[in-house]
Amino acid sequence: MDILRFITAGSVDDGKSTLIGRLLYDSKNILTDQLEAIERQTKNKEQGTIDLALLTDGLRAEREQGITIDVAYKYFATPKRKFIIADAPGHIQYTRNMITGASNAQLIIILIDARSGVVEQTRRHSIIASLLKIPHVVVAVNKMDLVDYSQEVFFDIVNDYASVARSLDLPDVTFIPVSALDGDNIVESSKNIPWYEGAPLLELLERVELQNDVNLDNARFPVQYVIRPQTEALHDYRGYAGKITSGIYRKGEQVTVWPSGLSSTIQSIEIDGKEVAEAFTPQSAVLRLSDDIDNSRGDVIVPQSQQPTVDKEVETLIAWLDQKPLAVGNRYLLQHNSRVVPAVVQEIAYKLDVNTLERALGPQQVLLNEVVKIKLKTAAPLVYDSYAENKHNGSAILVDETSLVTVGAALLQ
Amino acid sequence: MSKYQLDHLAQLESEAIHILREVAGQFERPALLFSGGKDSITLVHLALKAFRPGKFPFPLVHIDTGHNFQEALDFRDQLAAEIGERLIVRKVEDTIRAKGLTEPKGKFASRNALQTFTLLDTIKEFAFDACIGGARRDEEKARAKERIFSVRDEFGQWDPKLQRPELWNIYNGKIHKGENVRVFPISNWTELDIWNYIRREQIALPSIYFSHEREVIEHESQLVAYSPFIRIDEADVIVKRRVRYRTVGDMTCTAAVTSEASSIDDIIREITISKTSERGETRIDDRVSEAAMEDRKKNGYF
Repeated sequence: MDILRFITAGSVDDGKSTLIGRLLYDSKNILTDQLEAIERQTKNKEQGTIDLALLTDGLRAEREQGITIDVAYKYFATPKRKFIIADAPGHIQYTRNMITGASNAQLIIILIDARSGVVEQTRRHSIIASLLKIPHVVVAVNKMDLVDYSQEVFFDIVNDYASVARSLDLPDVTFIPVSALDGDNIVESSKNIPWYEGAPLLELLERVELQNDVNLDNARFPVQYVIRPQTEALHDYRGYAGKITSGIYRKGEQVTVWPSGLSSTIQSIEIDGKEVAEAFTPQSAVLRLSDDIDNSRGDVIVPQSQQPTVDKEVETLIAWLDQKPLAVGNRYLLQHNSRVVPAVVQEIAYKLDVNTLERALGPQQVLLNEVVKIKLKTAAPLVYDSYAENKHNGSAILVDETSLVTVGAALLQ
Repeated sequence: MSKYQLDHLAQLESEAIHILREVAGQFERPALLFSGGKDSITLVHLALKAFRPGKFPFPLVHIDTGHNFQEALDFRDQLAAEIGERLIVRKVEDTIRAKGLTEPKGKFASRNALQTFTLLDTIKEFAFDACIGGARRDEEKARAKERIFSVRDEFGQWDPKLQRPELWNIYNGKIHKGENVRVFPISNWTELDIWNYIRREQIALPSIYFSHEREVIEHESQLVAYSPFIRIDEADVIVKRRVRYRTVGDMTCTAAVTSEASSIDDIIREITISKTSERGETRIDDRVSEAAMEDRKKNGYF
């Protein structure tokens, strides 16, 4: 059994929370007491129906207003897979919450209301999926019951969306007609939609091939913590503890430690106190080197044959997450894996319209939920790859030095 | 599965170890909140994997309500001694006396709310800047919304509307003086994940998790252990039952379940077919209202 982390995106009334509720309900992942709780809360009690959307809205304010404000995580499992759902709000005002939920997603379900087809929000969510390089996209055309389960309506939407997908280079897109409210094609194949020959949604989610997305090239090991027992028996023990964010490490391999640039050899790799011959992403491990070089938190150990970029200037896309605008000359802390360095905004190259992908050159400042390309200068070298090549070593956050809040998501170029 | 593939438990384990090491790397004075329950025992097991052969970069801290199960307390002391790590215990009883707090009244009067006072005092006493806890997002819907690094103000309050965005696996633990961060390394684990992991790793647990005979009273279809901490009314009938505990909280607010499960395998089988959630079946304190947990968290609770 492995894990699929996915996010659901849709406009306000596309039935996103209902879809998740239906997925949990029909796959028998909702328990009696949870069901009783939402039965009590269901406001418009028609005979025998409950509001499945209530399953995901966790905060009092969300239940009161009937909207999703922040990401909620939901968990369910089938014998094949464990699923982690990030239920994120779809409205533009909450783009930052969606990006939070999407950053760890391996798959995105984009909901489209069959009656309205591809709309601005569909494009925006797809653009975010493309920027964040979510490997798999499932387009769920919902509310098929309201268009008489029409094959024509469905394929018109498929054709419309296909051109969006092409323009965004989305690699793996699957389409499925559903009715979340009635459960058509969610867990069971729908009798109302006989012309659809594909698998129902849950089966699609169980079948998506994930191992190909694991980055086994260009090994990166950011040091999080140095283990030094300093006991008599382990007087000279110095272990670099961290998580392999990509690739494979092998005992005896020649490595470089950045940003010092010093070379050494992997003397041993330990997992759970036991020596192993090799370790791979996403394992947490302890590396010990044969030379006594003074590494510390924030350093990156890489195989000599697989070098990253080491530079004090970096171009990056920024999704801006804060009320205070970003402007040229502003200083932030850049947190990149275990390394934190001060950074100054040197230049804002362009602003990306997240609804159309159009670029507006030379903006003066950047507002909440906007996406821009900027150039940063850092106080110490950054050891990185481009986000496109290596998600974990190409992503970072910007932190406001005074409020200490996370204000920007950086996709390094 | 291919050679370079991790199953779900190994992925969750690595994620939790990464989070624990981030705490060690980012904070000056962290602590691990330890109750003697299965989730915090799992945390200790993960910390051993994260930091051995070194020592833990934090002490274990227990906020003792005085209403705990003796079996859990004994297990707590034994485990801390066995692994040779520092254990700090602070008692709600002492806070009640020192601060002149009023004990809650009623049949199952719980010190759950008072616990927050002792926790905040303890955080202040040791100047803890991060407290690691074993809360999981599948437990409760307010918890489903909380970040892995959850910043609390100097009153320990959680503001669900002002949470920091938490992207990829980058955790921002920067705080102002007086604030602290609650860290939840097993956020993404479910109850079943915990039990399967306990089975795989052969983690020892207090005996009350397994079927045993106990004197209980039946109250609104929940079985509550007979103890000096609950008020016995005339209508109550004390009966002996074979029970086990699905969660371990205070004796006043944790209910037992009827069970013959004497091994981890038995327990996993029972949970798999159970139609009730963990907290729904065992926590009397969550029954107050739909937002009981959200409200307690806003006041500094875990």
